[in-house]
Order: sequence, then structure tokens, then C-alpha cells
Amino acid sequence: PCPLLCEAAHCTSGVFVLQIQSCKRERDIHLLELLRRTALHGESNSVLLVGPRGAGKTMLLKSVLKELLKEKDVNKTLMQVHLNGLLQTDDKIALKEITRQLHLENVVGDKVFGSFAENLAFLLEALKKGDRSSSRPVLFLLDEFDLFVHHKNQTLLYNLFDVSQSAQAPIAVVGLTCRLDVLELLEKRVKSRFSHRQIHLLSGATFPDYVQRVQSKLWLPEQFPDQRFAHEWNNSVKVGLRVTVAKPCIKPADVLEASRVCFADAKANMLHGLSILELCLIIAMKHLNDVYEGEPFNLQMVHNEFKKFLQRKSSTIYHFEPAVVMKAFEHLQQLELIRPLDSPGARTQREFQLMRLLLDTSQIMEALQKYPQCPTDVKQWAMSAFA
Amino acid sequence: MTGPLQHPGYDEEKLRKIAELLPCREVQAELLLSLMGQPEHRSYPAIFIYGHRASGKSHTINMIMKELELPHVMVSCVECLSVALLFEQVLLSFFGADAAALLPRGPSLSDFVRIYRQQCSDSPAKQTRYIIMEKAEMLRDTDANLLPALLRLQELVEDNVSVILLSEIVWDKFRPNTGCFEPLLFKCETILEQILSKDRHPSYSAEFYSSYINILLGVFYSVCRDLRELRHLAALNFSKFCEPLEEGKAKESDTHKLWRNIEPHLKKAMRTVYLREVSSLQWEKMQEMEEKEAGAVRGLSAHTHVELPYYSKFLLIAAYLASYNPARTDKRFFVKHHGKIKKTNFLKKNEKTSNHLLGPKPFPLDRMLAIFHSVVDSRVAPSASIFSQISSLVTLQLLNQASHDDQLDAPKYKCAVSMDFICAISRTVNFDIVKYLYDFL
Repeated sequence: PCPLLCEAAHCTSGVFVLQIQSCKRERDIHLLELLRRTALHGESNSVLLVGPRGAGKTMLLKSVLKELLKEKDVNKTLMQVHLNGLLQTDDKIALKEITRQLHLENVVGDKVFGSFAENLAFLLEALKKGDRSSSRPVLFLLDEFDLFVHHKNQTLLYNLFDVSQSAQAPIAVVGLTCRLDVLELLEKRVKSRFSHRQIHLLSGATFPDYVQRVQSKLWLPEQFPDQRFAHEWNNSVKVGLRVTVAKPCIKPADVLEASRVCFADAKANMLHGLSILELCLIIAMKHLNDVYEGEPFNLQMVHNEFKKFLQRKSSTIYHFEPAVVMKAFEHLQQLELIRPLDSPGARTQREFQLMRLLLDTSQIMEALQKYPQCPTDVKQWAMSAFA
Repeated sequence: MTGPLQHPGYDEEKLRKIAELLPCREVQAELLLSLMGQPEHRSYPAIFIYGHRASGKSHTINMIMKELELPHVMVSCVECLSVALLFEQVLLSFFGADAAALLPRGPSLSDFVRIYRQQCSDSPAKQTRYIIMEKAEMLRDTDANLLPALLRLQELVEDNVSVILLSEIVWDKFRPNTGCFEPLLFKCETILEQILSKDRHPSYSAEFYSSYINILLGVFYSVCRDLRELRHLAALNFSKFCEPLEEGKAKESDTHKLWRNIEPHLKKAMRTVYLREVSSLQWEKMQEMEEKEAGAVRGLSAHTHVELPYYSKFLLIAAYLASYNPARTDKRFFVKHHGKIKKTNFLKKNEKTSNHLLGPKPFPLDRMLAIFHSVVDSRVAPSASIFSQISSLVTLQLLNQASHDDQLDAPKYKCAVSMDFICAISRTVNFDIVKYLYDFL
């Protein structure tokens, strides 16, 4: 039954992680209405979808578009242009992409335009066919809208919103962004042309809601071949991803283990792989931070602190050459557990360069508890209040 | 994890071979395979594998990809000075040289995504394609949009492609400001003893070699956990370990004798080969030579100990004193009849401001010359030869110039030598420098 299960899971949704879908029936309808008015009645609109990452903005848009394109009239006339802030980092690139997606490369040919506005107007003009009184409606979907705001002069946004306010051509501009303060980033002239229509997607789901939605996603349909297996499967809830041939059924223990893997503190994990010398150096840095209240330190100070610990212990295991300590220190720097205060100039010797520790005391103490085979005197040194 | 690797969709024979090639990493391989799923299914768009150096990140992924013959491209971000190189490599591996040739000069991410989409509409992916990026921390220094776009690549090109990032640095340091699509995090653990024991020499038994490894780890484990370094050290020193056996002085079971033979050798290795003071070749030669001659080989840092002329040594000593003593103490140290100096003010220092911890301070040239004239035993006329020696000290990087090149009338310098070096120099001129240092009063 496992192969079938995997197939069912993988085929039905391209998305692996379950996203929280907030209740958005009325937003669905609102957005759908807006876009339908542009497509059928020639009304220009602009709207922003704002919500944190994973709130379902792209999913909402996709479902609305699917709904919209069901109508034959819309399907025939509506043109879509999908732009992404991550890809179209420049207005020139954006304009080329718009030209390409409207299939107007041949029409534009080698023409040179004076300004962005001219170019855009030409494109929209070219969409008028034959004796139609107005051009075809165009839907502009701007993903990562907050990145378009950083283009020079915000030309693309200004022109799009300008067209949406004037009667040139029926366009709809839909922006998706994760920043709540996106309106403050817009220039005054761009902001005034925007319709200030925002749809916020905030997931207000509680944990029981979440569990219910997860269950509904993972619930096997009745058509699933092996009924008994389906029944067993449906009796468990899954948050992690560990489904292998050896373990076809999900148990709560799996959930806990998967959550442990997912939520493990990465920095503490890295601390477990450090050698004892490096760990001692980190403890010495922690003591320096405690005593001098977070002021930056250099290798000489850390080494001095470490030597004070060794004097108390009088064990010969930990006596290392200064060069070996330096190598350990540099390894810590490479792992970005410590960071130099300013860029390394040629003026300061390496031992005297000031650094900061990028770890929290609680992280260090927690990592020490779980450090495999940590020597007791090192542990005691870490926990002592006086260095 | 008990039992062999099993996964539907992949050939059993190949999985068995992978289990052989990745001896102690069944858990990780299992987890990776379950994340990857069957080849025709979509995988998670982005996976981030982190772990220490030589913890098997690239090795595990490489073995899995090669043995299962999955379509993949392995890119090292160190090689990709510009994003064009990255795009070319990806298109070349997945779609051939023609696709790579379609990239315009100075391609942007937009061009890459467009060409990829065109190509994959012609040849859609039957199996998941993997883009594996090593040393992914270099991606943070490229354009700000590259990393978030790569994490979303599956969505942007609408193809069954998955990006795997390998790095030593934790994911928290990668996250862009406004967030991005979070990849799945996955840690690779370092495995030392078992892998080291596998390198054994065929003419000796496995227990013998593992006792050697135990001794080696006993010396080096508290300092270094890097598998590559330890393997290198193990390979270099094994012949010396076997020496008593070859000479007939000991048997395989005489662990104590063998230990006594090898331990000082390993400690010496920590001071030299581990720090790259001597190259491996020099080390091997040293092992062949007798012990008495071996001391004559110089490490790299011995080359900084140049022979200086007599007055240069005193200039350097004066510079060291000027850097590490506060200016107000000069009178007490260098003036012959300094009278009474209040002890309390003078000796008020706490450990934190010890100059030997904070580093050398810049001093004006005049101060150094004043100290020089008081420290040198004979009367020296300030001539051009003295001043030119100061310039050569700067060229040798024993002194650093702390003022701007334009300031010609009052140049400032800093002394850049260590305590050991200056003590060695003072011994050669019979000068007790510790007596003159404020921190050692």
C-alpha cells in the first residue's frame, strides 16, 4: 500500500508542506468580482494582497484565476502578464518580459522608445485589434511587489497605476507582498494613483483548526484501493515527513521525532561537533562577556582566560601551543560563531583583532548539557559564576 | 537503523551498493532518500544540509546521485564568480550545450528562468532534477535576489526540480531580510572512529590499526575533529608507529611500548605538521633522519626570525617598549635620576588594561628615538643609517606604520612582534627587557 500512498500524496499536491489556509471565502469572491469587472466590463482596477509568507496569497490568486478563466468570454479576451520581483530586477528587464508575455516582440521589432511610458502605451495600443473600440483587458500580476518598489523612480509601478487610473486600456494590477508597510515604500505620485485597495491574509487559525485541516489534507479518499490500510492511516496525524517503506504507518512518536529534527537549534547542533579546545575557548569568551558586559575581546584575552582555568586545574591534557589555540580560534571564525568588529586591516595583528561572540549564554549552556562526553571540569568551569 | 536501505522506485541492487559506499551513514542516507521520494514525484523544492567540515555532506549526496543515476548538477559556489557561470552549468547539465548557448551575454536571472522554461517545455522532466550547490554561504555575497529565487525555483520554472544547498554555516545566517521560502534543514554528523579505522594497511591486522587510531585520537581529538586532517595525520605517522615492529623491537600486542614510541612523535606533529609549519614531504624526511638531525629542520615561522644588525635590534626593543609601556611611565624607566614617583598612581592597573592583552599602541617616532638613546649602551649619533634601519624594520613588517603616508613630520609606528620574539632578540644583546616592561612590574 505504501507506493500507492506515496503516489497519491505526491500527485495531488505539488506543495509538500501543508500551509495554513485562512478562511477566505469572502475575499475569494471580492477578488474574483474585481477581476471579472476588468475582464468583462473594461474597468481598470488595482489591488494589493498582503500577508505573511505561507499565508496563501499565491494559492488564493491561482484559485481565483482558475475560477475566472472558466467563463468563455473571459478566457478569450483576457491577457495575463506575470512578473516577479525576484526575477525582473530592473524596469528594462520588466518591460522586455511584458513585451514577451503579450506576444508583441514582432510588433515592437527594433523600435526605440523615448520613455517607459511611450513603450507601455505602444504595447497597449498594439493590443487593439481591428475595429475594436478598446484594447483587450490585461491582468498584471506582480509577485514580490515590495521588490518593484526599489527600482529607479518606481517607473514601472507609476506607469502601471497611471494606466489603471486613466482610460487608456482596461488593466488590472494585482500585487502580492509580505510586507505590511508596503504603502509607505511607494512614492507619493505612485501612491496617489493606487486605489488603496488591500486584501489582508492573516492566518488566525488556532491549533485545533490546524489539526483539522492537516487531517483533511491527509485523509485518504474512499477510492483508495486498500480499505483497511486507509482506515489505519486515517487514524493518525502527521506533521513530519518520515514515511519510508519500513514504517508505513504514522505514530505519535514519529511526529515527535520529526518535530525534534525540524525544530532543532542549528547553532547548538554545530556546537556539538566542536573539539574540546574550541569549546573551552567559547566558554572563556562567555566568561569574558559576563565580566565585561559584552565588550569585544581578542584572542589574547581569550587565551589568558583559558590559561587561568588551566592554572586551577593543573592537568596537562589541555596545555597547547599558542599557535594551536590560534588555529582553533580561526576555525570558530570560519564557522561564523565569532565575528570581527571591523574588516581586517593590515594594521592589526591577528591576535589582537577585536571580535564579538555570536552565541547566546543560554545556547552555550544548553549545548553543553547535550555535548557528548563533555569533561566534567569543563562543565563545572562553564557553570561557575566567577571565571 | 537496522536493515538495508529500501525505497520504492529505486533499484534494490543500487541501493545495496550505496549502503556499502556509505558505511556509517545509513540514517542520513535513509532520511535523504525519503525526502527525495520516488524519482517521478516532485520533491521538496529546497533542502539545506549543514554540518562541520568533512562530515560527509557532499560525499553522501554525490554517492546517492551517482549510483541512482539521477539527473543532477553539482555546482560549487566558490567557482561561480558570476551568476552566468552558475546558469551555464545548470543548463549545460540538464539540456545540453545548445541550451547553454542561448544565454545572452551577462544573463540575468530572468533570462535563465525564461530559457529553462522554454527548454523544459520541450523536454519535461521525467525524474526529479537536482541542483546541488556546495559552499552555499557564498550565495549570500551575490545579488540579493539569487538565493530567494533559487529556493523557489520549482515554483518559478514549473518543473520537477529541487535545489539542495550544502554549507558549513547554519541557516539562520542565510535568511534574507524579508524572509523567503524556508528550506528543509538537515544536519550531517561527523563520524570519526569507524571511518578512520577503514583506512587500514593490508599487512597489519584491524585491531592493530584501530589501536593506532585510538592513540592518535587520544592526542588529537581534543584539538581537532576534522576527518580530513586526522586521516592525513594517520597516514603520515603510521610508518613511524610500525617502526618498532619492523625492527623487531616489539610485537603487535605490546601496546605500551608502541605508545611510548609514537606519543612524543605525535606531539611534535601537532606543533609542526598540524599547523602547516612543515610540509608533509619535509615531515616524512624528518622521520627517516635520526632524531638529532631532525631538530635542524626549520618550520615556516622560523623564517620570520631574521638576523638583524646590532642597532636594529635595539631600535626594535625601543619600539616594543614604546608600544607596550604607557607614555607616563617612560620617566621612571629611562631617566637616570627620576626622583620619587608616587607608587599608588603608578601601579594602578587592572588586568583588563594590560597592554599585552589589548595589543600594541601607536607611538611617535621621537619617543622611540628617545628610548633608543637611553637603552643603547654606547653613545650613538642620530645619523641617516639609524633612520634607514627604521625604514627597513617597517619593510620587514616588524614595525607597522600607524600614521598616514602623507604625514612626514610626525610619523607614528606600532611594534608588530610577539613577546617571545623580542625576548629572544634581547637575549642576544644581553638586555633584560622584562625589567623595563610596565606589565611585569
